[in-house]
Amino acid sequence: MDRILELLEDNARISIEDLGKLSGKSKKEIEKAIKKYEEEGVIVKYKALINKDKVKNNQQVVALIEVEVNPQKDVGFDLVAQRIYSFPEVKNCFLLSGTYDLLIEVVGADINTVANFVAEKLAPLSSVKRTATHFMLKKYKEDGVVLVKKEKNKRLPITY
Amino acid sequence: MIAKHVKNMPPSGIREFFDLVLGMPDVISLGVGEPDFIAPWRVREKAITALEEGLTSYTSNKGLLLLRESISDYLKKEYKINYNPDSQILITVGVSEGLDLSLRAILDPRDKVIVVSPYYVAYPALVELNQGKVLMLETKEENNFKIEPEKLSLLLKHNPKAIILNYPSNPSGATYTSSELKKIWNILSKKDITIISDETYDQLSYGQKHISFPSLARQAKKQTILLNGFSKGHAMTGFRVGFTCAEPEVTEAMTKIHSYSVMCGPVISQVAAIEALRAKKEVERMKSEYIKRRDFLVEELNQLGFSVSLPQGAFYCFACLKKFKLNCLDFAKKLLLDEKVAVVPGVAFGKKYQDYIRISYANSLDKLKEAVIRIERFVSGL
Ligand SMILES: Cc1ncc(COP(=O)(O)O)c(C=O)c1O
Repeated sequence: MDRILELLEDNARISIEDLGKLSGKSKKEIEKAIKKYEEEGVIVKYKALINKDKVKNNQQVVALIEVEVNPQKDVGFDLVAQRIYSFPEVKNCFLLSGTYDLLIEVVGADINTVANFVAEKLAPLSSVKRTATHFMLKKYKEDGVVLVKKEKNKRLPITY
Repeated sequence: MIAKHVKNMPPSGIREFFDLVLGMPDVISLGVGEPDFIAPWRVREKAITALEEGLTSYTSNKGLLLLRESISDYLKKEYKINYNPDSQILITVGVSEGLDLSLRAILDPRDKVIVVSPYYVAYPALVELNQGKVLMLETKEENNFKIEPEKLSLLLKHNPKAIILNYPSNPSGATYTSSELKKIWNILSKKDITIISDETYDQLSYGQKHISFPSLARQAKKQTILLNGFSKGHAMTGFRVGFTCAEPEVTEAMTKIHSYSVMCGPVISQVAAIEALRAKKEVERMKSEYIKRRDFLVEELNQLGFSVSLPQGAFYCFACLKKFKLNCLDFAKKLLLDEKVAVVPGVAFGKKYQDYIRISYANSLDKLKEAVIRIERFVSGL
């Protein structure tokens, strides 16, 4: 992957200046590359990774839901997936190999909200054969970052 | 009670400064001589499994055969040099022990050893502990801290028993091209001199592929004791594993000393090291991270008024601070007290380096950035 992409993936707020220093490219080249990536949909969005467990008054539940579906003739899974990912409650949607087809992540205010979404919107779809809902209890690591404890410095501060 | 030659060793001039750093909480330390990465998980996992399986005994003096074989394979693949795992490879407690063993095995009292400065601090100290005499070969910033062949030739007139080479270098980051090494070998080959080649940073060579000294010529290999280990490239400093490669006769002599003084390297660490040699991707990942940090730091330091050439290996910059009109100790002390940033004064690496500090970039980019902001504030107030 391009150095610029690597750096942005690690820190979306990195300045053009720092990008220049770290990639050895000029400001112009970088701006041009980024614009192109944005237009091509390679860079989709710039976001912050938030540890929700630490946000005050954050009442939210996350569920991962396995969905087994009947693929449709000619269009396969894509149309079914579209029906499902179009619900605003669905935050992530992946097609997987293995014992079920789609894995979706749903976020709701509480367990009831998510349960209602499954019962009233997801399960009734004619193309959906079976669902299994897993509520998330704790996030240990997300996007390569360990959320549960701070890395302690274990080195001596000065050595030869 | 203390032996004379130990008593007579000059105390480190910067011990006091080290104590100052060690006693201060929350410093951003650019003074660290080891990776900030943790050893790769697959390496740690092997160590855990080894413990679970109850691997808690001695190994053979030379070290686990599988490790010696893996090292032999590594050197063959990487540098096309052949060392017999049975008679030419010895597992040591870090490169530190390898260094001590080499000198103990070859030095008679008052034998001379060429040490290239700026040097890794253990070199002159260990030469003296082994009752040898140091011949200092100074290198200069304008030559990118590389050995000047003419100076080397001159020193050889004193008939030194050995020379200690270290590339990529701690503290300068200097390393050598194939033609530069050939020139050095050409000069050394005319003498009956042992080359102790400390290549502990071989995996962290950035511009070009590292060239191992014994790969230069058959005779070079005969005269060389190659030292390497797992501390730096594999981020395994605390495991304490290194190795020596040398002619059977030399290896046997070192093994003799090693078998009496430490018996064998720690078994868990040896098992972990076998796995480390398979963890190529992890080493590459760390390396590319160091390159990013180096590029960032060197550019920033030059902008702040230091003079730093781009280090070609290891994870240090040896920065000249002439412009700030403070000697390195005063600079380092003041920087520590005013801004809580620790660096190592250049005199630790040779008394000629009053105008230099060693800055380690074995730190996350965020830390380096914060450090640069602090250093900027500091130098602008000088
Ligand atoms: C040049 C050099 N040689 C040897 C060592 C010692 O390494 P080890 O941990 O393998 O004993 C170091 C560590 O800082 C070093 O920089």
